[in-house]
Amino acid sequence: MSTTLAHRAKDGALAALLALFLSVPFVGLYTTSTDQGLSLATRWAWLPVIAAIVFAGRLALGFATDALARRRAAGPLIDIPEETGRKLGRGLVLAGIAFAVLLPLTPLSDRYVLDLGTTVLIYIMLGIGLNVTVGLAGLLDLGYVAFYAIGAYTYAILSTALGLGFWVCLPLAGLVAALFGVMLSLPILRLRGDYLAIVTLGFGEITRIVILNWQSLTGGTNGISGIPRPTFFGLTLDRRAPEGERTFHEVFGLTYSSEHRLIFLYFIILGLVMLAAYVVWRLRRLPVGRAWEALREDEIACRSLGINPTASKVSAYATGALLGGLAGAFFATRQGFVSPESFTFMESAIIVAIVVLGGMGSQVGVVIAASFIVLLPEFARDFSDYRMLVFGAAMILIMVWRPGGLLSGREATIRLVPRAAKKKEAA
Amino acid sequence: MGALVDLGTFLQHLINGVTLGAIYGLIAIGYTMVYGIIRMINFAHGEIYMIGAFVAVTSFTLLIGLGITWVPLAILLVLAASILFTAAFGWTVERVAYRPLRNAPKLAPLISAIGMSILLQNFVMLTQGARAKPLQPVLTGSFTLWQGEGFTLALTYIQAFIIVLTVGLMAGFTLLINRTSLGRAQRACEQDRTMAGLLGINVDRTISLTFVMGAALAAVAGVMVTLYYGVIDFYIGFLAGMKAFTAAVLGGIGSLPGAMLGGLLIGLIEALFAGYVSSAYKDVAAFSILIIVLVLRPTGLLGRPDIEKV
Repeated sequence: MSTTLAHRAKDGALAALLALFLSVPFVGLYTTSTDQGLSLATRWAWLPVIAAIVFAGRLALGFATDALARRRAAGPLIDIPEETGRKLGRGLVLAGIAFAVLLPLTPLSDRYVLDLGTTVLIYIMLGIGLNVTVGLAGLLDLGYVAFYAIGAYTYAILSTALGLGFWVCLPLAGLVAALFGVMLSLPILRLRGDYLAIVTLGFGEITRIVILNWQSLTGGTNGISGIPRPTFFGLTLDRRAPEGERTFHEVFGLTYSSEHRLIFLYFIILGLVMLAAYVVWRLRRLPVGRAWEALREDEIACRSLGINPTASKVSAYATGALLGGLAGAFFATRQGFVSPESFTFMESAIIVAIVVLGGMGSQVGVVIAASFIVLLPEFARDFSDYRMLVFGAAMILIMVWRPGGLLSGREATIRLVPRAAKKKEAA
Repeated sequence: MGALVDLGTFLQHLINGVTLGAIYGLIAIGYTMVYGIIRMINFAHGEIYMIGAFVAVTSFTLLIGLGITWVPLAILLVLAASILFTAAFGWTVERVAYRPLRNAPKLAPLISAIGMSILLQNFVMLTQGARAKPLQPVLTGSFTLWQGEGFTLALTYIQAFIIVLTVGLMAGFTLLINRTSLGRAQRACEQDRTMAGLLGINVDRTISLTFVMGAALAAVAGVMVTLYYGVIDFYIGFLAGMKAFTAAVLGGIGSLPGAMLGGLLIGLIEALFAGYVSSAYKDVAAFSILIIVLVLRPTGLLGRPDIEKV
């Protein structure tokens, strides 16, 4: 399906004209606040630039689409046998894990890289959690940030008010979040699709507003600060230990460096992520995980086969919420400070985007998408102001390019007939 | 004596709630129509409304600069400009972000809608600045409905304008959907897109027009909010969009009267709850009532029950 150059040019010109029109009230004209109210200013010179960019972009996009279609028609670039492909995939996953574990030891790592790596891992954790609800069980949750927030605040309150340590608070925060997950899932068992989406969205907003207004418990807009940092088997990573205790660097005979704490935090979240990924990976093979996937594909068929949809949905929500709560608790201890600002709907949207961009149900996909979503705005720092603009545009482009996500495989984890045998049968 | 004042206060809250509900209802129609026809949540719709409000502020400022200060003419021109540009944005959004995903998995358009929402928000923030835009009052004054005992029940001109225009638009819209060939095409696409296509309806064009119509109504809501509150910023689309979407679901998504009813209810709940209980928790009230309604009626107040097919 090749289109002539003239056709492409016409298409590009139309797009440029449209862009010109849309730019008039925003780029061409703009208002600024002055003492006498608003005043109008113009910058018409930008309009031709925008038209030219849109024209060129539209042309390039058209040719790229053509090239892509030709590529697809020609078949895969190299024909990798399935067995080799799987081995290759496993090798890549192992290499990725090895990279993550060794990162703090390489000369590559400094404070900035470690901090960024920790952020990526938090989002991977959230992605893995939401992947259970959305990717496996097929229940769209637009208020996932609520569990993240509940975990963070539970941790913050327990550790500041009761003085409990990190390793006690962490599981408690996860459990409280899971409890909320069960509570939320009960009223919405009958809802489906978009009704479910809006109720979960409402739940997320309710949580945020309650946190914002429950001054006595949550500190309102000021949040909670002074959250204790995790300790290494009772050893603090601060410069000086409280009376009668010893610090990490004293015990191990190191010179004090604030980087130690960053490395320690990095390894905690890395451990949590690997544990979560492993547990979810195993859960998928258990009856409950299979029930989730079956539920996603067809609820009525599930019912007829004797799968209890209620139990499946509740367990999916609880598992997702548990992981979200753990991520929240870690977030609280890393920041040392929590406030409602960190738990807006945008966060939920970004986590959903991680799951969908990665390819629903794929854990490797979650890792790739989370890295992409956290790192893109970082790399786009040079464009500073424009980075969120680029981010939004990239989300649209990726979806248009690969609607199923980067790694789209909606394969059931378990199948009756092995894949190879099935292929032979078909042949 | 006191009872009369209480009644007056209640009526005043009611008037405020109906005004707010009218604005939500107009935005909700955009959500519900798009959902009815292509079964997707157009998350960028709130941003479309925000764009409508910004065009309104810019064109009001332009008109004042040109010396056109006769209020009816100014409002008419602003409405026209806002509808024109906002509808163009609505059309473009569908064309760029949703049409390529017509047959994609269900969540793909949702993500591209979220991307579009981020894109539009940042576009407006970058081009118009992040600070709030205070517009000087265009239409002031009010009808005094009742007066006495140190209390006045008032309906401002703006409120009257909003309510009358909304009722008119909704009546016109109902006629458009029920009586014209375009409305017939839309209802056909809503029932079965493939069949409608086979019967000679231009499905792509119908969907585009649905977006244009939804955007036009959102533009009107944007103009109204600019007049009503007098202050807008690039972030207003988010909350209003969420409320309007809640309204659409509350009424039963896909149902036009449902969207109006839902908008009205959300507006009233918000105004009454803010007036009598707590203004900080008014959004909690709106969402809680949504959840309760959905638990009792899983497809909304006026929604058709979804028949599940195997």
